[in-house]
Amino acid sequence: MKENILISLKNVIVEFEDGHRVLKGIDLDIHDEEFVTFLGPSGCGKTTTLRIIGGFAEPTEGDIFFDGVKINGVPPYKRNINTVFQRYALFPHLNVFDNVAFGLNVKKMDKKIIARKVKEMLALVNLSGFENRNINQLSGGQQQRVAIARALINEPKVLLLDEPLGALDLKLRKDMQTELMRIQKSLKITFIYVTHDQEEALTMSDRVVVMRDGQILQIGTPQDIYNEPVNAFVADFIGESNIIDGVMYEDYEVEFAGQAFKCVDKGFALNERVDVVIRPEDIIVGDYETSPISGVVESVVFKGVHYEITVDAHGYKWLIHSTQSQEVGALIGMNVKPSDIHIMKKMEVR
Amino acid sequence: MKERIRNSLNDKNSLFSKIVSTTPAFPYMAWAIVFIAVPLGLIVYFALTDTAGNFTIANIAAAGEHMSVLFRSIKLAAIATVLCVLIAYPMAYIISRKKGVTGSTLLMLCMLPMWMNFLLRTYAWMTILENNGLINRLIMLLGFEPIRMINTQGAVILGMVYNYLPFMILPLYTTMSKIGNDVIEAAQDLGANSIKVITKVVLPLSLPGVSSGVTMVFVPAVSTFIISKMLGGGTNQLIGDIIDLQFLGNTYNPNLGSAISLVLMVIVLLCMSIVGDTEDETMGGRIK
Repeated sequence: MKENILISLKNVIVEFEDGHRVLKGIDLDIHDEEFVTFLGPSGCGKTTTLRIIGGFAEPTEGDIFFDGVKINGVPPYKRNINTVFQRYALFPHLNVFDNVAFGLNVKKMDKKIIARKVKEMLALVNLSGFENRNINQLSGGQQQRVAIARALINEPKVLLLDEPLGALDLKLRKDMQTELMRIQKSLKITFIYVTHDQEEALTMSDRVVVMRDGQILQIGTPQDIYNEPVNAFVADFIGESNIIDGVMYEDYEVEFAGQAFKCVDKGFALNERVDVVIRPEDIIVGDYETSPISGVVESVVFKGVHYEITVDAHGYKWLIHSTQSQEVGALIGMNVKPSDIHIMKKMEVR
Repeated sequence: MKERIRNSLNDKNSLFSKIVSTTPAFPYMAWAIVFIAVPLGLIVYFALTDTAGNFTIANIAAAGEHMSVLFRSIKLAAIATVLCVLIAYPMAYIISRKKGVTGSTLLMLCMLPMWMNFLLRTYAWMTILENNGLINRLIMLLGFEPIRMINTQGAVILGMVYNYLPFMILPLYTTMSKIGNDVIEAAQDLGANSIKVITKVVLPLSLPGVSSGVTMVFVPAVSTFIISKMLGGGTNQLIGDIIDLQFLGNTYNPNLGSAISLVLMVIVLLCMSIVGDTEDETMGGRIK
């Protein structure tokens, strides 16, 4: 990742004809050679943002800059940006070679150079020898690779990827994640990636942009977003969380589940109502008599690495990830370290 | 006994189960035999016999005398088909890119004339094109000499294009609406401007529609007799008129009529197989 800003969105607003605002003022700077992920639930505006960068949609208000130059109204074919589409959008009338060569053929490049570049690209995506295959003879994962090769052969400064792995099975998705990261590092270009899969976002990105309802909630590295979510929505969206109502007594002291706890947050009003966010893996299971919170085990599900335990205590269903199993119906105690208690302002009700 | 029936039901090769599995196709097979195979056989029979029912190829030879009319029919139908493609193609493309109600309304407007009687539509063109019809009266009102439009080959072509245009739009629209917007966006993304999007993506992907549209316009146009009768006058007879005369005219000769029909059918089949072959090549032999 370099320091210079490659793409910049300034107060971008998109409004549909019926007056519905899909994007409510997006401000975002994307660096050169960065892997940025737009993460959010469907309908949050992440794909629209991507389409604006690609030139397939125009902002109602606001500007978009590419390398310092305003590119509002510049058609997609004049932008040094290529896209991997959600359902690949390969050309069904062309074979693998001609699909990958499409962009170079349009530019009327020399046939020999095209043949060499296609060969290189297919090697990059591990599809050597597939030149003459028909598109409909390929598996989903192979079609995906063709789509990536077809975009990358044009040597774009930026590659846009719109939920490219959504249609693949879990194993293949993991492989492709690693492969995309390898390609991004080796070609040194900017990747802008759209997904609703938080795990994918955390695994691959340099920075994650969490979106909701046409707004950016948080921008940060995967670690920032996971460890310091700005509100309960982000916390809940990035991995599972227990979100409990609490009251801030004073700086570094919060009350929830009928108990006062030491914490590391400050700067709230006296007795302000807050959201207390606790990750399921941060709850320490202990003896019910000595622990501050106690409850009854409702269910235990084996998840491979850990057990997922649901505990009913103080009117909440607490989710615990623990390597040790518990008896259903047993009374157990729970405790949390001060540093694992995350205090967040209540979200404004929309 | 029950046991045996059950066994025969389980045995896939038994006659009983064979009958059961093909039963749903029976009505269609009967239909095909009664209304397609038998009439076709009759035409071949009439074409190859004389009035007494003896075998002869004289009818086929006599059909050769109408070669000039046949070529005129093919020429006019071909011109009309090409015009239909040129008019319908951009139209179908525009409609196929419109979403929701706008698209279906536009499509319905294109189909609307088809809901009116074919004869009525052609009569309407007669009154428009006549020597003292709508257009010529307007021309004379402006102080110009009237133009002879009715009873020309141009009028026949106009009638064909007008009547058969919807049959070109519909298959074109169907194939084009199947081309996803994402494929078109992908082409734009890869550097294709509007013209290249059409020539490199839309055109090759819509060729099956072109070929079925061509069939659906060319075949009825080449064998029409009513359009040429009403708009072409006596001098622009088509092969359909000649066949018509053999059955309903004073030259009554169903054997010759059948022979001409047979020759026409063979020529149309040849024309269509050429169209089909070129399509296979452009699609990279994918449709097979």
